[in-house]
Amino acid sequence: MITDLLSSTVLIGILASGIRLATPYLYAAIGETFGQKSGVLNLGVEGQMLLGSFAAFYVTFRTGNLWLGLLAAILVGALMGLAMAFVTVNLHAKQGISGIGFYLFGLGMSDLLFQKLMGTVETVRGFPRVSIPVVSGIPGIGDIFFNQNILVYGAYVLVPVAWFVLNKTTLGLKIRAVGENPDAADSLGVSVVRIRYFTIILGGMLSGIAGASLSIALLNVFQQNMTSGLGFIAVALVYFGGWRPFGVLVGALLFSFVNSLQLWIQVLGLPIPSDIAVMMPYVLTILVLVATASKIRSPSALTKPFEREG
Amino acid sequence: MKKIMSILTVLLALSLVLSACGSPAPAPAPVAEEATQAAPETSNEAEPEPAATVETFRVAVVMPSSINDLAFSQSMYDALVLIQTEMGGTDYFDFVYSDNMFVVDDAAAAIRDYASQGYDLIIAHGSQYGSSLQEIAPDFPETSFAWGTTVETFGQPNIFAYEAASHEGGYVNGVLAASLTQSGVVGVIGPIETGDAKLYVDGFVAGVKATDPNVTVNVNYIGSFSDVALAAEAANTHIAAGADVMAGTAQMVVGAIGVAKENGVLWVGTQSNQTSLAPDIVVANQVYRWDVVVKEIMDLIAGGTLGGKSFVITLENGGEVMEYNPGFNLPADVKTLADQTIQGLIDGSITITLP
Repeated sequence: MITDLLSSTVLIGILASGIRLATPYLYAAIGETFGQKSGVLNLGVEGQMLLGSFAAFYVTFRTGNLWLGLLAAILVGALMGLAMAFVTVNLHAKQGISGIGFYLFGLGMSDLLFQKLMGTVETVRGFPRVSIPVVSGIPGIGDIFFNQNILVYGAYVLVPVAWFVLNKTTLGLKIRAVGENPDAADSLGVSVVRIRYFTIILGGMLSGIAGASLSIALLNVFQQNMTSGLGFIAVALVYFGGWRPFGVLVGALLFSFVNSLQLWIQVLGLPIPSDIAVMMPYVLTILVLVATASKIRSPSALTKPFEREG
Repeated sequence: MKKIMSILTVLLALSLVLSACGSPAPAPAPVAEEATQAAPETSNEAEPEPAATVETFRVAVVMPSSINDLAFSQSMYDALVLIQTEMGGTDYFDFVYSDNMFVVDDAAAAIRDYASQGYDLIIAHGSQYGSSLQEIAPDFPETSFAWGTTVETFGQPNIFAYEAASHEGGYVNGVLAASLTQSGVVGVIGPIETGDAKLYVDGFVAGVKATDPNVTVNVNYIGSFSDVALAAEAANTHIAAGADVMAGTAQMVVGAIGVAKENGVLWVGTQSNQTSLAPDIVVANQVYRWDVVVKEIMDLIAGGTLGGKSFVITLENGGEVMEYNPGFNLPADVKTLADQTIQGLIDGSITITLP
């Protein structure tokens, strides 16, 4: 029985599923990483994803144009980010609570719009799978990595880009400075407000894309509360990844691979109760968090509103 | 220490927000019928009809997911709309609903609220609402409550219980799947291995095995009623494992139907008619007709019985109906076999052995 898991069909299936499942986490968690690196915790990711997901679906459904749908998701995410930035940066609201507020807003608003504008569950033709020439022909690896849709590729391209921006550019230096010591950054002429606006809006846009990756690329349907907690897992993955894009990638993949593994365990009829199987990704995440939590330091100014003194 | 305090504050406030935000603003019932209410006033003066005080039967329903989830909640919503139409509009049968009540505390608040507003019947459409109902019902002895899906009435004189023999339609769907598969592999996706979902999945497996023991049935529970993404990936897993016919139950299966559609894999549905989502690949649906139960309950209430009974919808009593997709080209012999199966389940010549 256990040897069934090692057949090539199953291994390819697990890895290809995992790659897809990790996609929305990557967009949302990388966006959240930028925000947290600058000292802002955004718990509204889930709400941004839901609204982005609906916007992408609705625009695509009406116009038939996937790119317009994606653009709509990015715009809606940016607007949500803008509102979040205003509330937390200008009004100095508690970040945790205002984030929850934005989550509830996104949950309710996407539901309301869905009821009023759609009324029933529909499907769209989403982004098709794109085979990358040459490499997609490699047995096994081609099926896993190079036979996915464009938003899946985008998520994996985003990781090194985010790493580069955060660690190798002046902008990244400013973001980290604002998240570690906003007073010092401010005294050196870095605009804390502007940087935080930038990271929160960027995070909103990426959350919007995360939502779109579900509604017009991976699932091609929209249903109320469709993200069902993905956005919160994305926030947890930022901690898991130690505020590093590649750490986030490892976390997202680990979680997703274990999730697709448990799907296969059930399909193959291995003697593990389904209740135990579905727990596996969560249990593993908690174990890794416990094992690593004490070793990684969070950005010092995380969740602290910045007020210029004097 | 300070950090811990702030986290605790956040959590506390979060729980407050979550419990407060759900306080039920009773959703307005469809307003389409409003025009009819104005009509009687224009009657001519010559012979004023005796003011026919029509007794409006008022129902409130609390549901865990949305009224258009193409599954569990929609099956109840559709039933109430049907009764309303049959009875002649909102003057005779009026209902309000609160949907997306996935937080049980919110649902409990809504149920209590509706009860104090004097509705004739309050339906708690979700087995998770049971303990709330057990607490609330004794406070409103004049109000009738109905709870599904279960058979438990807590011995309360004002609680009805209802459930579906979901394994019957599951069995028929299993027969269809086993007859239609060419790869010899079929897959079924469930939410959590309990209650209505488990019954349906077990029935499906039994139907497949009874038709062709050589067909492999792969079963997958994803651990969630709402995780559409995981349901889709479960469908991908079934397809990678060779399935060419799939089934699934609960509202998150829309994700799986989307995947089935994209891969040209056949689908048999349950709870509501899911044909509209993928007209090319949906073969048939088991549809819950809760109106059968609600009508019976209404009759009992009219006779003064407010609860204490439980109902099961079955193929036999018409509470479950198999609806074929007219757009799907079902081979005649398979259709005959399915119809014979339905008949056999109704007259008792076929019995389902559940694990």
